[in-house]
Amino acid sequence: MTDPMRIRAQASGDKATVRVLMSHEMETGQRKDAAGKTIPAWYIQEVTARLNGAPVLSAQWGPAVAKNPFLQFSVKGAKAGDKVSLTWVDNRGETRTDEATVS
Amino acid sequence: MPTRRELLQRSATLAALMAGVGVLPGIARADAAGYAKAAFEAKSMAELTRTLGLATPTESKDVAIQGPDIAENGAVVPLGASTTLPGVKRLMLLVEKNPAMLTAMFDIDEHVDPAISTRAKMGQSSNVYAVAVMNDGRVLYAAKEVKVTLGGCGG
Repeated sequence: MTDPMRIRAQASGDKATVRVLMSHEMETGQRKDAAGKTIPAWYIQEVTARLNGAPVLSAQWGPAVAKNPFLQFSVKGAKAGDKVSLTWVDNRGETRTDEATVS
Repeated sequence: MPTRRELLQRSATLAALMAGVGVLPGIARADAAGYAKAAFEAKSMAELTRTLGLATPTESKDVAIQGPDIAENGAVVPLGASTTLPGVKRLMLLVEKNPAMLTAMFDIDEHVDPAISTRAKMGQSSNVYAVAVMNDGRVLYAAKEVKVTLGGCGG
């Protein structure tokens, strides 16, 4: 079970800036361990952001996104009290969703 | 009564079959449905645009790539892609000298500003591109050189 994502969503006018810090190894599959064996690739492939349940942003990532990925974007039509949720799916089929309230 | 050896052989065969189908948790390598695997393996801009069926990219002052001039740590390089143009369908971040060029792609619609920031791994100093795919099919990009003092691909 991975750590929860840290999501901050701040409203300004009719938009909200959303900053997310996800907890994930984002292993490229290029590294070798001490014994010389390649560490298998393990990385987030899909990210979806929702505002009050409706998808507003979707992304596909490769293993070159840095470990513990950071993401920032601005969603329109968001106001204080709205719910922002982020979902990621990785190449092992694992998934995680976290939610925050726009402040 | 099957011998212990037979039982073990049958379990191993069953496990192998299940792993092949992708049913075993933790071992299954199930790429997300709709994931553009080939695009994330493309080694050049030409190969990437061909894989995604895109028009030839042209440089544009209306697209911006944000990134440091010098990245102290190639494992965590903040990069941003944005454009002032309306009608963007997709924003992509590319690192030219990484093992595969495409780092991330974002589907943009009217719900979000066409501007995203994230952090990428860079194996070495390289050109970095922000590419905007427009609704009308145009592909526009901006480039910037980012120098890396400590490469971020590990090993």
